[in-house]
Amino acid sequence: MSDTDKKHEMNRRQFLGNMLKTACGVGLVGMGLGIYSNRASSLPAHYLRPPGALPEEDFLGACIRCGLCVRDCPYDMLFLGEVGDDVATGTPYFVARTGPCEMCEDIPCIAACPTNALDHGLTDIEESRMGLAVVVDQETCIAFHGLRCEVCFNVCPIRGKAITLDLQHNVRSGKHALFIPVVHFDACTGCGLCERACILEEAAIKVFPTDLAKGELGKHYRLGWKEKEKAGGALVTPDVEHKYNLPEGVRYDLQGEGLIIEEKPEETPFSSNPLDSLNSSFMDKK
Amino acid sequence: MVDLTTLGDDSIAAKGWIKAHKWLILRRLSQLGILALFLVGPVLGVWIVKGNLASSLTLDILPLTDPHVLLQAVLSGVVPETTAIIGVVLVLLFYFVVGGRVYCSWVCPVNMVTDLASWLRRILGIRTTSQISRNSRYWMLALTLILPLVVSGGIIWELINPVSMMFRGIVFGMGATWVVVLAVFLFDLVVAKEGWCGRLCPVGAFYNLIGSRSLLRVNASNRAECNDCMECFVVCPEPQVIRPALKGGSKGISPVILSSDCTNCGRCIDICAKDVFSYGGRSVSETIRSNPEVVKKQEVHI
Repeated sequence: MSDTDKKHEMNRRQFLGNMLKTACGVGLVGMGLGIYSNRASSLPAHYLRPPGALPEEDFLGACIRCGLCVRDCPYDMLFLGEVGDDVATGTPYFVARTGPCEMCEDIPCIAACPTNALDHGLTDIEESRMGLAVVVDQETCIAFHGLRCEVCFNVCPIRGKAITLDLQHNVRSGKHALFIPVVHFDACTGCGLCERACILEEAAIKVFPTDLAKGELGKHYRLGWKEKEKAGGALVTPDVEHKYNLPEGVRYDLQGEGLIIEEKPEETPFSSNPLDSLNSSFMDKK
Repeated sequence: MVDLTTLGDDSIAAKGWIKAHKWLILRRLSQLGILALFLVGPVLGVWIVKGNLASSLTLDILPLTDPHVLLQAVLSGVVPETTAIIGVVLVLLFYFVVGGRVYCSWVCPVNMVTDLASWLRRILGIRTTSQISRNSRYWMLALTLILPLVVSGGIIWELINPVSMMFRGIVFGMGATWVVVLAVFLFDLVVAKEGWCGRLCPVGAFYNLIGSRSLLRVNASNRAECNDCMECFVVCPEPQVIRPALKGGSKGISPVILSSDCTNCGRCIDICAKDVFSYGGRSVSETIRSNPEVVKKQEVHI
């Protein structure tokens, strides 16, 4: 091997060695980033995304952290996650208790978004699902103590649909009603106005990201009465009403009285009304 | 070796302080001016530019979008709005003409941090450096583009990108961003010379590729005047780009600095007492007027 060949060989070795070093170093950075991103992509429960935000995983891929939604919010209630915050750095969020979404009809935050991280297909703010309000604490919510409050019901922008009042008997007083707030997912946008308005020191009604707040029924479940409604009639052979072959004047009470023999009044020529007897003799004389 | 204690003295003596720092001053004005444009909105309520370097809207009409970050978003599966596409095209066109790494030296706020580190390295005589290849940035760039494809959780690079973090921090709220900025500063000061901008930053690598055919270039058209003081090599953030243009005259190499690593920062123009360097196009002929030998040859031809 000549000198120049040796030199080339060394250069090639050096080159390959250096390349391997760089590739491995960058690969390690990538692995670290991948692990860190898993931790960083979980959204804390009290951080809500702006209206129209894609599901969290897609959102983190689509949002380029430009902050244009924050700038175009007329109520200045959107913020970008700062380094050290519990939300992915640079992504927009709001906190319902301190600054809920005021549900602008023209949804300027979506219009400002350059990437569809806030879905431009959402044109009706009432269709947005930023989260779901939940009456989380029935022990402190004063409605459950029989006190009239209904503030959450009254501030709700989808009034009478997202939050309804369920009237229940007040067992404590025995004569009053409880006006219990009940949230309905099919109408609640998760704007958070109820949470901000809650009069307690710590809100008893809170908005959570939908996946945290919402249960899901097993796919195999069928609710009989709903299936019946859908089918327009019973899906199984209807039950035959049970009949007791009892003698006349006897019946069976299913509510616990058991066998009842209906007594027929004894027949008598005398009326049960004493006046009739008196009047009858008077009629005779006439 | 260049005497660091007298670095730049010749240039100041020859041209005066202002001219010897002309492009440096303009660059700082550009970097701070861009930040100021974004800041007058939130601070004074006068909205000139909204957003940040990732995507912005100027005077409610001009969209500008960072192609690197939008590419990552697209790779993670999003279909951008038309404004973002227009924004990207405008940015690409601009850097295609003036040179991609003009972003690094005239726009990026991290440049002020790493320039400070470089300056301190010279002042304090810090010579420690680790052997990180200047090509690492392309590997990093590949990493930023692969991660959105293979890891769920979106634009992962943006979780730690010091460039966007620093700019966004200043415009929207710092939080703990200063920790990231300090890390870059210390990395450049102690761990690796020109470590961040010159070796690792994938954003710079991306703009580097955009500007590889750019029209605006620095040239050493006056290279015959070079007195080998070597000060341009000391202040240049990518010193490997200078040698071919400055010293390649005998080999017939063009005096234009064609490497897209060059950030068009103009420090070489400032520091040179002999006015060897200047801005120009891609094809600039050598100035022969001041080279007596060349002039003599030409006279013979005539």
